[in-house]
Order: sequence, then C-alpha cells, then structure tokens
Amino acid sequence: MTSEEICDILKGEFGEAVTDSVMDARRPYVVIDAARWEEVARFLRDDPRMAFNMLQCLSAIDLLEDNKLGAVYDFFCIPQDGTDDVLTLRHHFAVRVVTDRDDPHLPTVSHLWPAADWHEREAFDMMGIVFDGHPNLERILCPDDWEGYPLRKDYEFPLEYHGIPGTTEHELTNPRH
Amino acid sequence: MSWIDNKFEEGLIVTSLDWAINWGRQNSIWPMTFGLACCAIEMMAVGASRFDIDRFGAGAFRASPRQSDLMIVAGTVTYKMASRLKRLYNQMPDPKYVIAMGACTIGGGPYFKHGYHVVKGVDLVVPVDVYVPGCPPRPEALIEGLMRLQDKIRHQTRAKDPISRVKEEVLN
Repeated sequence: MTSEEICDILKGEFGEAVTDSVMDARRPYVVIDAARWEEVARFLRDDPRMAFNMLQCLSAIDLLEDNKLGAVYDFFCIPQDGTDDVLTLRHHFAVRVVTDRDDPHLPTVSHLWPAADWHEREAFDMMGIVFDGHPNLERILCPDDWEGYPLRKDYEFPLEYHGIPGTTEHELTNPRH
Repeated sequence: MSWIDNKFEEGLIVTSLDWAINWGRQNSIWPMTFGLACCAIEMMAVGASRFDIDRFGAGAFRASPRQSDLMIVAGTVTYKMASRLKRLYNQMPDPKYVIAMGACTIGGGPYFKHGYHVVKGVDLVVPVDVYVPGCPPRPEALIEGLMRLQDKIRHQTRAKDPISRVKEEVLN
C-alpha cells in the first residue's frame, strides 16, 4: 500500500486527528494530534490494511524555533506467515507527533510495540519528552543524577560533574565557528 | 682488581636495594583486564602472540584490580564511567601505575568540544604516568609506552627525595 493510500485511510478514520501530511518527502509522514495518538497507534498496528507490526525507529526532534518537541515513529510491516498478499503489505510509513516544549508529554506506545520501551527511555533521556504510561521511564544512557537533556539545541554543557571539571569553559570563552 | 672484588662468598649478588626492587617491579607489571572502547582492541592485540607484551613481563592480565600493578585506560572515559574507574584505581595495591592510551583518554579526543558526556582527559580523575597518543595507538605504541613506564620505574628510589628535603628545610 502506498503512503498516500495509508494517509487517506487515516484521514477517513480519524479526520481532525491528522493535522498535517507531507507526502512528497523522501520518507512521507503524517502529523498526528498528540491527544489521539494512542488511538491512532493502535489502529496502525491492529487494522489488517495497516498491520504495522514493527516499530523500526523512534526519533526525537527539537523544533526550537516553534518551541516544540516531537517524536517521529517509523513503521514497517513484515508479512507474517499465512498472509496472502505479501507484496502489497510490505510497506513503510512514518508518523510525527508534536508536543509543547515547556511541558513535553506524549502517550506511550510501549504496550503496542515493545521496541518502543527503550526508544522512549532514550528520547526521555536525551530530549526530556515524558511518555505518559511508560512502565519504567528512567534515564537509559546518562547517569540518573544528570542535569538537563543533552541533545536539546539549547543544552548547556556541565562545567563539572561530581568534582571532575569539564573543560567546557573553552566553549564559553571562545566563539563558535 | 678493585678493592671490592673477591670479598664475598659465591652466590651472593651485589647490588643496591633500589636496583633490585626496581628490576623486579619493571619486569612484572601486571595490567588489569580493563578496556573501555576501541583502544581495548589494540590492547588485546598487544597481549596476543603477534606483539606479545609477555616479552616485557606484562602479559599477565589480572581479572582483579587487587592483583594488578598497571591500569591501561584504553578507551573513552565517560562521566558515568569515571566513578567506576576511580574505584578500580583505589582498589589497586601500591605501587600502581596508569597508562592513558589513546586520544579520548588523554584529553577527550574527538569528543573534546561537542561531547557533553566525556571526561576531558583521564588525568582529571586518576594520576597518569605515561600517555600513549593515537586514535587508536598502534600496538607498537603501547609497547613503547610500557617501555617508558619501565624507564620510569627503573629510576625510582627509596631514598628521600632531595627536592622534598630542601622544601622541608625551607619550611621549617
């Protein structure tokens, strides 16, 4: 199924929840309203026309200019045994969900795709997006007492951590190129 | 024939205590089995037959810090790892030595400017004896670093440090 067809089905099912669609990108995607994202995600997984049984990647994005944070979900359908139309169902799709930067909350999809569990933890660790309903939302890479979210565009480097000096004064005293 | 010759019984070795202790230490530097990143692969190559660090008496990679003399910090040290690294160093018995292997360990390397998580040089955490530059260093470079460490051990002395004696005199 092509991305346009998937987009049309989603718009037919959910109407207003699909706030935007970009179909001429290299990786076509739709933008889904965060409030209804859990519902749409369940549809993407369970509907036989969609059958997205694999969450390939979850990327967090920092839209600093719009004061937003977002997550991009890349889906793929792996044909299961016994599926008749193997070729038609082997399709990709991407969904972008955007949330407020000052209080970023998104519903979790870790109960739908277990792969999302650690991906969401990483997105929380690096970008500070809080995934509501996640079973164990803790930092996955940084130490537990780390301050700030390192991959945000306005992140400031620590000047010291547990007595170890960071030589990032260099950053402060020398202009960026 | 000088005045000292032919004075001692057969089988008695005549040397200075410093020389004997240093000789023993420099030829049995047992490193710790401790690798953090890609430099550790080169360290393993040094331990294997082609480069064979055992020729220098340093091939006995110990699985415990309590049995090792040398910590080869091979790889990127993150802030999260630094506390563990310091604990391992503190668990080693004296005399203990540290080789900083590779660019990351020496000064943050490629992560110096944009790596929020990398310690900008392991000498901010533990004292370093020998720096081996490279990214990663060739195995020959690590062997060279080990030989420089042996040089350092060879020139150690158990006598009072003349500089500290002068300092004491000045302060008192």
